[in-house]
Amino acid sequence: MEDLHNTTIAAIATAMSDAGIGIVRMSGPDAFAIADRVYRGKKEKRLSEQQTHTIHYGYIMDKNDRIDEVLVMLMQGPRSYTGEDTVEIDCHGGVYVVKRILELLIENGARPAEPGEFTKRAFLNGKMDLSQAEAVGDLISSRNQYALQSSMNHLRGNIRNKICELRNEIIYHTAFIESALDDPEHINVDGYGEKLGKAVEKMMNQIHGLIETYDSGRMIREGIRTVILGKPNAGKSSLLNALLGEERAIVTEIAGTTRDILEEHINLKGISLNVTDTAGIRDTEDLVEKIGVERAQDYAEQADLILYVIDASMPLDENDQKIFHIIQGKKSVILLNKSDLDVVVKEEDVKNKYFASDPSIFASKEIMEFTIPVLNVSVKEKMGIDVLEETLKSLFYEGNLSFNDEIYITNVRHKTALQDAFSALERVMESIHSGMPEDFYSIDLLDAYESLGRITGESVGEDLVNEIFSKFCMGK
Amino acid sequence: MENSVWINEDGYDVVVVGAGHAGCEAALAAARLGFRTIVFTVSVDSIALMPCNPNIGGSSKGHLVREVDALGGEMGKVIDQTFIQSKMLNKSKGPAVHSLRAQADKANYSRTMRQVLERQENLEIKQMEVVRILSEEGRVTGVQTFSGAVYPCKAVILCTGTYLRARCIYGEVSTYTGPNGLQAANHLTDSLKELGVVMYRFKTGTPARIDKNSVDFSKMEEQCGDEKVVPFSFTTDPEKVQIDQASCWLTYTNQKTHDIIRRNLDRSPLFSGMIEGTGPRYCPSIEDKVVKFADKDRHQVFIEPEGLETNEMYIGGMSSSLPEDVQYAMYRTVPGLENVKIVRNAYAIEYDCIDARQLKPSLEFRNIEGLFSCGQFNGSSGYEEAAAQGLMAGINAARKIQGKDAVILDRSAAYIGVLIDDLVTKESHEPYRMMTSRAEYRLLLRQDNADQRLTRIGYEIGLISRERYEKLLKKEEWIQSEIERVKHTNVGTSEKVQNLLKDYGSTPLGSGSSLAELIRRPELSYRALSEIDAKRPEIPDELREDVIDQVDIFIKYEGYISRQKRQVDQFKRLENKKIPEDIDYDLIKSLRIEAVQKLKEYRPVSVGQASRISGVSPADISVLLVYMGNEKQI
Repeated sequence: MEDLHNTTIAAIATAMSDAGIGIVRMSGPDAFAIADRVYRGKKEKRLSEQQTHTIHYGYIMDKNDRIDEVLVMLMQGPRSYTGEDTVEIDCHGGVYVVKRILELLIENGARPAEPGEFTKRAFLNGKMDLSQAEAVGDLISSRNQYALQSSMNHLRGNIRNKICELRNEIIYHTAFIESALDDPEHINVDGYGEKLGKAVEKMMNQIHGLIETYDSGRMIREGIRTVILGKPNAGKSSLLNALLGEERAIVTEIAGTTRDILEEHINLKGISLNVTDTAGIRDTEDLVEKIGVERAQDYAEQADLILYVIDASMPLDENDQKIFHIIQGKKSVILLNKSDLDVVVKEEDVKNKYFASDPSIFASKEIMEFTIPVLNVSVKEKMGIDVLEETLKSLFYEGNLSFNDEIYITNVRHKTALQDAFSALERVMESIHSGMPEDFYSIDLLDAYESLGRITGESVGEDLVNEIFSKFCMGK
Repeated sequence: MENSVWINEDGYDVVVVGAGHAGCEAALAAARLGFRTIVFTVSVDSIALMPCNPNIGGSSKGHLVREVDALGGEMGKVIDQTFIQSKMLNKSKGPAVHSLRAQADKANYSRTMRQVLERQENLEIKQMEVVRILSEEGRVTGVQTFSGAVYPCKAVILCTGTYLRARCIYGEVSTYTGPNGLQAANHLTDSLKELGVVMYRFKTGTPARIDKNSVDFSKMEEQCGDEKVVPFSFTTDPEKVQIDQASCWLTYTNQKTHDIIRRNLDRSPLFSGMIEGTGPRYCPSIEDKVVKFADKDRHQVFIEPEGLETNEMYIGGMSSSLPEDVQYAMYRTVPGLENVKIVRNAYAIEYDCIDARQLKPSLEFRNIEGLFSCGQFNGSSGYEEAAAQGLMAGINAARKIQGKDAVILDRSAAYIGVLIDDLVTKESHEPYRMMTSRAEYRLLLRQDNADQRLTRIGYEIGLISRERYEKLLKKEEWIQSEIERVKHTNVGTSEKVQNLLKDYGSTPLGSGSSLAELIRRPELSYRALSEIDAKRPEIPDELREDVIDQVDIFIKYEGYISRQKRQVDQFKRLENKKIPEDIDYDLIKSLRIEAVQKLKEYRPVSVGQASRISGVSPADISVLLVYMGNEKQI
């Protein structure tokens, strides 16, 4: 909940790419103290003893492991962006390193920032112009909705189910204890600690398992959100299969076979891609196909990268024009497929069509240059796939391509929530072992329930009272 | 009805409509704060009537009574004089859930409370039905009675209980009366609707009353009161409540009972649709229990005396609206009740009440200045919930006239705060009952420290005497100094110490320890250590027990208590951010549409309250804070 002035928040401030420098930012009353715990400089002096607005060279350490060589910038509040004590850690970029540093800060007492929270704090601390209130409000609102949506959409079904099961079990035990406290003459809770202890231990193991899932495979698949676009039968599904190395999408000769959206996770030379295959884009009367087309457009809008597949054996038409329109302003790669057949579309044609798709491009002279890579491939013959891979790799490492950090951040939040739930259950065990009365158990059980709810986006509300009434027969 | 209009010119400040548990507290508070108060009731003989269960208190409800007492209310004092059995519930659990419950001599309770009202300066009782609320420009100006008379006043407190358009039902029998066949109030609802008040219709029920002479107690388990009774009121001398107590009796339903109920379900007005009101889940009728918990082969039944001077007994656990013949048949399957004679049939009752979200946390209507309401009329249930709201409505009506800010207890201050916040913030489709699980800071809201939490406030309001307040200050000083002392007094590993530990089955000390560390051990306590606590001061007699209990609780649960205190600090931050009354949510563009609708509907007074409205997300709260941050800078 709202705890301005109380907690210290941290987030990655730069794009999640492998380029240049990465910045991790931390703001709040404990920012300096937390930085002290992870930083080791050349001198003996601690960061919190240094002058404000100074930069320090040293290392971020995880106990005795050196994580990275960094520059740390100290800004004491109110002279900082948020108006609070702020620490900025400039490291050598690299997705892995930036994440490690953020996670270290969280392990040492910071909490992952909510969407738009740095800006919100800046505003509430009077660091921004009044006229910006609305913009700040919009930012918080839209980022939160986006984060919530991505949390929901990306949480894998089985993990979601697992968390729901855990929550159900926790609320059941809590409701039993509470109903007995409310109606001690009808329901007896004496000696429940032993039974509860076994259940809690089991739940702690399960949560521990989930935390490990997070550490290894991640609960939500992180990656560059990649969408394959193209006209029907241009070879989109075949491309996905070629990248995957297996026949997953249905590939037929009939145009319009992929009516739904397929998503696959691919690791390409160390880069994670979440690839979505879409229905072919064309004017259509078929209702089902039409929905597919609309969805493809939505996906394209959200994408970090678009792979636009063109059937080079067929001339470009107004449907291509439509697609060019969609990919404008997006990071894209154009693939001239079926280069093994008689090719009628050349790179030059693509350029012309691209500029023709929006006359306004001509108006601004700077964008005249065409920077979208155009590659000749034959998905069927597996020709040019290696070139595509190289192209993606260089885009990523040059920093021209980054993946959506919201998903990563969601992961960090989920992990924090799981750890909170775990510690709450640990406290339940402590209460049981130290012989505390049963009413003490439910306080921490509810804490665990709430923490897990942060992952599935559910709050406590009237859950407990409803559970009491539905599961236990009260007297009177 | 529109007789000639006579305007009463006695100059009342406050009119209280109804003299149940809410009305009595409201009227007493207003009168004690110096305002001329008149309380209307449909029957002077039904003042402080207990039409359902014959007890006061119970889990979390006992807390409410202690809090009412700590603020200067009356309920605790009256039950201390009129109880016939008392128990501290949950005694084997933590101190937060200890709760007092007393069996009342109903007639005595009612008579005693009436006498308190009669003796109260500034307070008058009038037997008459109020039919209209008079107002001008959104402000209350008086009430009109059934006789046509107009009583001008500055504030009106509605506490109509279950009497508004009341209807009692069992089987196919239905009468348009309030509880116990008392006259219903059939006109006020229309007047309220004219004022734009949104009404609900709720339902509740009560079991039969039976003749003691027809009960075979040898087939039941006797339920006795506590050996040492603890009084409800902080002002009651504990010696005075050590009385001879009456017994209650425990028996059970069985398969036969359930069969009869199941066979006759189609004759229940609840299942046939004759009852339209919404009933409470926590107080199910026996037919509800049999249907909903079909796997249970028996349910507990408590036979409780209604008083010392009556033969009537209450059948706790078997409220019902089944037809008369089915009632006889089912009750007579219960061991001990084979030949039972029913004095009053069980019945369900339906009544008009309001959607309490129309109220401010002061219990004043948002849209009608000077009109307050409390008790079952607000959609709650229970004598204690009613009394608690009555007291607050009485206080706030008085303060309104005084031009002072309303007294609002928040969720971290009292169960009363939780109760009222829930009522005015959460939509409810059933009568609301207090429960310990509703209080998120219950380790701090204990029945044993109600005085430390609230008596200072009661004193500032003017309902607590200076003498009582000073006694509290003295007690608090003692508690503080003893806590400090036991924390800083060390005992060595002398033989005396080790022997004492051995006597209590406690592990011997390896090195020195503070007294506090020893008190923290479950098997030890402040009292247990007296032998090895040489410098223990002489605590004054009248405070000793209380001080010792408080020191024990604080030391033993310090870790948990300080954790809850931190949570409260967090909670207060949002609670103290007041939302301006004239805020225009439509201007805050970044709020989601759902949030705007909800906020406009509820008009929360603080950001904290806003955050508890379902449909308002944490992100909406952030947006609201940003917007308000902006307002403040202008």
